Amino acid sequence: MRHVIDKRVPADPPPVIRIRHLTKAYGHGDATVHALRGPADPATGAPLGVSLDIEQGDYVAVMGSSGSGKSTLMNILGCLDVPTAGRYLLDGIDVGHLDERQLSLVRNRKIGFIFQSFNLVPRTTALAQVELPLAYAGVRAAERRRRAEAALALVGLAERAGHRPNELSGGQQQRVAVARALVTAPAMLLADEPTGNLDSRSTEDVLAIIDRLNATGRTVVLITHEDEVARHAKRVLRLVDGQIVSDVRQAPVDGPPPLLHRAEAGVPA
Amino acid sequence: MILWQMLRFAAGGLAANKVRSALTMLGVLIGVASVILLLAVGNGSSVAVKESITSLGTNALTVSSGSAYGGARSASSVKKLTIADAKALAGDADSGAIKSVAPVVTTSGTALYGNVSYSPGSIVGTYPAYFETANQKVAHGEYFTDDDVLGSRKVAVLGATTAKQLFDTEDPVGKKITVGGTPFTVVGVLQAKGGSGFTDPDDVLIAPLPTVQNAFTGFGPVNQILVQASSADSTDAAQAEITRVLLGTHAIADPTKADFRITNQASLLTARESTTKTFTVLLGAVAAISLLVGGIGITNIMLVTVTERTREIGIRKALGAPRAVILGQFLTESTLLSVVGAGLGVLAGIAGSHFSIVGIKPVVIPESVLGAFGIAVAIGLFFGSYPANRAASLRPIDALRHE
Ligand SMILES: Nc1ncnc2c1ncn2[C@@H]1O[C@H](COP(=O)(O)OP(=O)(O)OP(=O)(O)O)[C@@H](O)[C@H]1O
Ligand SMILES: [Mg+2]
Repeated sequence: MRHVIDKRVPADPPPVIRIRHLTKAYGHGDATVHALRGPADPATGAPLGVSLDIEQGDYVAVMGSSGSGKSTLMNILGCLDVPTAGRYLLDGIDVGHLDERQLSLVRNRKIGFIFQSFNLVPRTTALAQVELPLAYAGVRAAERRRRAEAALALVGLAERAGHRPNELSGGQQQRVAVARALVTAPAMLLADEPTGNLDSRSTEDVLAIIDRLNATGRTVVLITHEDEVARHAKRVLRLVDGQIVSDVRQAPVDGPPPLLHRAEAGVPA
Repeated sequence: MILWQMLRFAAGGLAANKVRSALTMLGVLIGVASVILLLAVGNGSSVAVKESITSLGTNALTVSSGSAYGGARSASSVKKLTIADAKALAGDADSGAIKSVAPVVTTSGTALYGNVSYSPGSIVGTYPAYFETANQKVAHGEYFTDDDVLGSRKVAVLGATTAKQLFDTEDPVGKKITVGGTPFTVVGVLQAKGGSGFTDPDDVLIAPLPTVQNAFTGFGPVNQILVQASSADSTDAAQAEITRVLLGTHAIADPTKADFRITNQASLLTARESTTKTFTVLLGAVAAISLLVGGIGITNIMLVTVTERTREIGIRKALGAPRAVILGQFLTESTLLSVVGAGLGVLAGIAGSHFSIVGIKPVVIPESVLGAFGIAVAIGLFFGSYPANRAASLRPIDALRHE
């Protein structure tokens, strides 16, 4: 399938994420805020937009000061928001051409999204929470339950399956959110400051899970403010004022994540 | 599969806010129950009217004095009805349309039995023919006879209500009562006819005409002449006959200047029916409004629910919930509210119709049950669809950012 779409380089798979001249502006007229602008056109000064490729299996950390446009970028990547201009190709498909129904399919099947503020559904048990994406995918009840339990076990919350969000600690809530994001086995995991509200111990727990997911071939994009967290990634992007100012590779795309061994220290293989 | 899923989500959503869901259902319940009950009351009263009028006898014609065409003429030119008029009608048997004639005087007074005193709704003085014409049957004891009339005997037949008030459980027949200072012997008690809600036809005391005239009204004109046509088909002929005879006795040449009025039960029936129809429509309108208010309650609650759960909608959409599922979930919630509310309303309405209300025994109209239920469910769907649509068309990020 991929070979058909990208005829020029049949040997290399196309990037999972390819964005071209992507801009996002809020407001109108003088009050316009360019949350994503990219470099300015040397002639006119108009924003040219952000362009970026992310390979299959990569582990990208996005850093930058507050208000630099990280979340804006992430929401567009997760198909939660639409760009003002520019193209976004997910697995070679232009997302801008999809209708509402197809978009919900993409969100459901291809993307696992983890939010800084967990965003669990209130009054719903951890198990039901994790079953939700499967329910929307039309998976049968028994199968759904089995996979949700497996996902919860993976994040170490098997015995908390019956707890509601208000009965879980922040770290546990975030692990439920991680389980929910990975239960559909999406090719791509997007995490907007997944450890922003967690202490160092919980941060290590969650990152260890994400590291292992990346080691199994999932593409991960993660926003963080902390260098500690960024060191887990294979590639680090820095954003300033809606523009990518640096792009550093810390480890090869097809290798394991750089700090995987540390994660595995606590979880015997 | 997906449907079952939506039902579960919807039930969960409703259960999350039990008091609010219950109050919303109560609104629908009251709407549906009041439609069913008020229409049943309206219907019940029209059934009662119909029954009481047919129980009067559809062959009966009532002649009363006064112009049939308004009161433009002076009172002096109106000749009151007299016993002579009644005799003229009774004597004119050649047409065969008239079966019997009973002049009637009505008055009021207080009846005493021992130390119990009671004022019957009316005291009627008449001939024995009255009983058959007015469809009054004696349940216990006897009618008074022509002999009693001729002899001006002080005998009385009591309506069921009057008998109950004066004698309670005692047997009235053969007992002496005093009415306006005159002693009467009770000879019979009438069968109860049941009230129509407006007047109680059982609240009467009936005695021979001359006795009542002697004791109360004097030997002047009578209030009415009750005529029984020989059959239901001959009421028109009887009416024509009465007109002809009375124009003669009153010496009036122009029939449009007649100084008496003839009403037959059929025309009374249609008049009363149209009154009760208006009554029913009015009640129905009130009930419909309360149903509408119940519907607005659903919209309101669904709007609040959607607003309150906008973030949740955002989360669900981020997880890949299709628009149709979100729409379905909220529509199912509002439909569930209205179906359960309307179902309970139907039960409440039917249960309530077993009690008589302001003297009227409600008679449930089956169509009103189906109609009220259907309308309530439709209202739930219709009014629920606006908030549901709003919820479903939100962009995930906008929903997630909602405060
Ligand atoms: N809905 C919105 N309406 C108007 N402006 C917005 C909106 N969302 C974001 N912005 C603006 O866009 C810019 C980028 O916001 P964004 O949320 O992407 O920042 P961020 O890099 O994620 O910051 P942080 O690290 O604090 O989360 C900010 O200046 C913000 O004020
Ligand atoms: Mg942010």
